[in-house]
Amino acid sequence: MTDERKKVIEVKDLVTHYGDRMILDNVNLDVYEGEILVIMGGSGSGKSTLLRHMMGLETRTSGSIKLMGEDLEKLPMKEAFDLRKKIGVAFQGGALISSMTVGENIMLPLAEHTSLDPQTMEIMARLKLEVVELAGFEGLMPSELSGGMLKRAAVARALVMDPRFLFFDEPSAGLDPVVSKQLDELILKLRDAMNMTIAVVTHELDSAFTIADRITVLDRGKTLITGTVDEIKNTDNERIQNLLNRRSEEDILDPEEYLNRLTGGDVRPNAVW
Amino acid sequence: MKISTTEKNGALIVAFEGDVDLEHSPTARKELLAAVSKNSAVIVDLHLVSYIDSSGVACLVESFQTARKNGGTFCLAAVSESALRVLQLARLDKIFTIHTSVDEAIG
Repeated sequence: MTDERKKVIEVKDLVTHYGDRMILDNVNLDVYEGEILVIMGGSGSGKSTLLRHMMGLETRTSGSIKLMGEDLEKLPMKEAFDLRKKIGVAFQGGALISSMTVGENIMLPLAEHTSLDPQTMEIMARLKLEVVELAGFEGLMPSELSGGMLKRAAVARALVMDPRFLFFDEPSAGLDPVVSKQLDELILKLRDAMNMTIAVVTHELDSAFTIADRITVLDRGKTLITGTVDEIKNTDNERIQNLLNRRSEEDILDPEEYLNRLTGGDVRPNAVW
Repeated sequence: MKISTTEKNGALIVAFEGDVDLEHSPTARKELLAAVSKNSAVIVDLHLVSYIDSSGVACLVESFQTARKNGGTFCLAAVSESALRVLQLARLDKIFTIHTSVDEAIG
């Protein structure tokens, strides 16, 4: 069914490390044009790392990631820069610049990357504020906004260049259920109106089931499953069901590995650290 | 992006073709602002527009506001489905007068 659609993100055999620690272990994933892909998994499963790699913010150990057929790591600087302009990102904490007004924050990508007339930029910023239901807030400072408003302002900034790809890291984290639902509705509206390809990292099940076209579930750096909401709900994989039903799982304890972890792998007389 | 203008029944019809995006919207803006400053009735024909982004929409908004201040009329005609969705997202379909065809706009 999905094969006829255009693949716009292709992750192949992705392996990544932070230092010696392996974070993603041979992840494979395709994202299709105009779909909302939700990345789920427990804490430390590698979901935010996968998102950061899809945006080209991290250097991988091996494997490949292509956006619209191009590998950001292998493109010449100018082409990579142009491709990055097609990406909008709304970070977990909003990441607005505190010394600039909301309007200036939203216009920043336009001021940096275009030579549009200031009047055009201002109207574009106000249009995005309308879309995220923050009309009239352009003159306020980020510190004057609530948590939900900050997230929406960050979405407005992510949208201002009309990106083809929109990446969200934990959009609902720390928001009350009503605001969280509004954000879900906004994500759906953006997909429908602008045919954006959207990747969302979340651990909020309700949100994932509301917005996702497909969900990929990561566990300890590996892909457990990628499928539609129904496929995920109906899987008989125990680890996925545990995750969905919020059951904690007791790790099988390997005494030798545990002792090595505690002792740093070597017992040294009089060692402090 | 291509722009063509024709006059019919006292209205200036500005027709866009192709992508009205970040690259081309400054030209579109210049053309539209000139059109509304010299003509009391402007119809923007969008039926050959393959893509319009926010910068293109911003030009339409600014030109519409300028036309209103000048006491003129400004409307859109033959808006493609994709362009209409972009307008609807910011509820601009409720602000602009939108006609299904140029002939209807001239009506």
